[in-house]
Amino acid sequence: MNKTINPPQPMPKLKPEERIRCFKEVALGYSEEQAKAEAERCLQCKVPRCVEGCPVNIDIPTFIRFIKEGRYREAIKKIKEKNSLPAICGRVCPQENQCMGRCILGIRNVPVNIGALERFAADWERAEGLTNPEKAPPTGKKVAVVGSGPAGLTAAAELAKLGHEVTIFEALHKPGGVLTYGIPEFRLPKEIVMDEVKYVESLGVKIERNIIIGKTITIKELFNMGFDAVFLGTGAGLPRFLNIPGENLCGIYSANEFLIRVNLMKAYRFPEYDTPIKVGRRVAVIGGGNVAMDAARSALRLGGEVTVIYRRTEKEMPARREEIENAKEEGIRFLFLASPIRFIGDEKGWVKEVECIRMELVEPDETGRRRPKPIENSEFKVAADTVIVAIGQRPNPIAVYNEDIKLSKHGTIIVDPETYETSMKGVFAAGDIVTGNATVISAMGAAKIAARSIHKFLMGEYQQINNSRS
Amino acid sequence: MPKRFEILKKEVLAPGIKRMSIYAPLIARKAKVGQFIILRVDEYGERFPLTLVEWNGNEGSITIIFQEVGVSTKKLGLLKVGDCISDVFGPLGKPSEIKKYGEVAVIGGGVGTALMYPQVKALKEAGNRVVSILGARTAELLLLEDELAELSDELYISTDDGSKGYRGFTSDVLKKLLDEGRRFNYVFAVGPLPMMRAVAEVTRPYGIKTVVSLNPIMIDGTGMCGGCRVTVNGAVRFACVDGPEFDAHKVDFHELMNRLRTYVEEEQKVLCALEEKIKGR
Repeated sequence: MNKTINPPQPMPKLKPEERIRCFKEVALGYSEEQAKAEAERCLQCKVPRCVEGCPVNIDIPTFIRFIKEGRYREAIKKIKEKNSLPAICGRVCPQENQCMGRCILGIRNVPVNIGALERFAADWERAEGLTNPEKAPPTGKKVAVVGSGPAGLTAAAELAKLGHEVTIFEALHKPGGVLTYGIPEFRLPKEIVMDEVKYVESLGVKIERNIIIGKTITIKELFNMGFDAVFLGTGAGLPRFLNIPGENLCGIYSANEFLIRVNLMKAYRFPEYDTPIKVGRRVAVIGGGNVAMDAARSALRLGGEVTVIYRRTEKEMPARREEIENAKEEGIRFLFLASPIRFIGDEKGWVKEVECIRMELVEPDETGRRRPKPIENSEFKVAADTVIVAIGQRPNPIAVYNEDIKLSKHGTIIVDPETYETSMKGVFAAGDIVTGNATVISAMGAAKIAARSIHKFLMGEYQQINNSRS
Repeated sequence: MPKRFEILKKEVLAPGIKRMSIYAPLIARKAKVGQFIILRVDEYGERFPLTLVEWNGNEGSITIIFQEVGVSTKKLGLLKVGDCISDVFGPLGKPSEIKKYGEVAVIGGGVGTALMYPQVKALKEAGNRVVSILGARTAELLLLEDELAELSDELYISTDDGSKGYRGFTSDVLKKLLDEGRRFNYVFAVGPLPMMRAVAEVTRPYGIKTVVSLNPIMIDGTGMCGGCRVTVNGAVRFACVDGPEFDAHKVDFHELMNRLRTYVEEEQKVLCALEEKIKGR
């Protein structure tokens, strides 16, 4: 085959000097011409490996062909057959490890930018107006969905399309879960999250805010209230701390608190909004994942000089490559092979230094990454008046407190690997509450499978496979 | 029927201190002594916690008492009967451990005198002999004095300026009682941090079980942010889910006082802006 392939279309971005002082979205999205040119690059493989790489199995070659032909309405319809939140996934999915990672072009060339094309189709629809999705006739069954993050929204949309009456219970005052409180505006504008939430509502899903299942209402009470099944998509909302001396000094935030203040409470617009945030001159962010990048880039926009401290090297960073590049372009510094051992405060109880120890990489651990090991007598200090600890999140157990639902030793909910049913009859779970913290799309993929089992359960087509777990 | 989070009643208890009943049937049905709610007054507002003072499952109402100290409580105080609060969330935190201890002392300082009320009531119902000690800066800031007098077996009052009762602090009154040979099986204190710390120091030598209700900076109230973390017995605990009540002898009050001062400048800034706006109306 000697077909010439177009050069890859670069994603237009705001210039670093423009973006470092505002929260505007960095990636600007393809123009129509760019989208068509990028779509041309797709080889339309007979056995598309990209689809295998997609956790929700979107028919990628077909939607790309529709874009190439200018049939955008059909393109977005094709995507939405499998994915209810494409404007979000087009922006935050780690495509490089999924669809794009499998693209045949990637072997010798640059893979098709599938994420950018998904985003193009979704944004086109947002601008042109949403199409009414098709819905099955009402089944008369009621489902309670706990949490309105990626897993909850996906399960709710799927179940509503199948004709069930769905109510989402959200603890916070705004829906969206991590999409709302966690991921910053410059990577995922909240307007887009709210549009996707509106789409889910347009399917007939009701969203009840300010209700925390486990406290305001228990799971058992949901069944008494007439719900026939419950889906738990409560996520991994609890912050991990380092548990080293001085961690409660003023100026030390969990990444969760920092991002909740900035994103959910809009502290970046203080004093227009009442919630404050403190960003000192020198900010240290501990961790190397996407959350660490989000926190670091937010702190930079709020005026700090930011250093990311990570115990391994750049190669092992779990953050998306694109986000690391964005962070570097914006002037964020990285201190690799270092780990904090204590925080030192001033006389008023404010953090002023982070004492670190140098690390070296030794043999790989169970994650396959080389394990960091402290180098003796290599301690050194880094000046910092704000510290953000971004070393991961744990599942939040409030919903299942006092319920007959089995948890793993990590606090995640144990589910049947095929049906996603928990040890309590009629209660299903998926997303970070089952896997521990992972990606938006993996939560959505699992939530879709769980929704299908819930459907079978409600329609009496369901074989309980509970015996192995009781 | 009232609307969701509608203010049903509002009254001024003392200068800058208000009592409000809110329509929140789901919370009213579930609330237990010692629990709190998180409020957000309007679209621009902070989320902040307030302890529940009373609740009525039949009426679907909950009652809070608050002092207007910052922008959020000031905004809340500006709302009128019939207005709705944007968000009311709860009940949160662990309920108090209410049981028959025997002879108990319940101590409240400042707006904490109002928060004593559900404790005194529940401890009394559980069969305890309750000695209440109320304290405030000055006589007019003493709250629910009549209600507490009615419920308690004994009632003592202290004011910083001596305008009513003993001149001094509630912890002095407690110390005096202990010095006179009185003994308590359980002490509960709620109020400003220095007052709770002072009570803890008074009871420590006697080994009396002493519990305090903490009110640190909090956002979500579900364990997500970790802003409310306190050191208790050397370990980090979250006041929102592990508390808000803790063993007073094990709380690191010094650290908590520092943490409460984190946003002093910012709080002042938004408060001034709000006051300007009120004047300009």
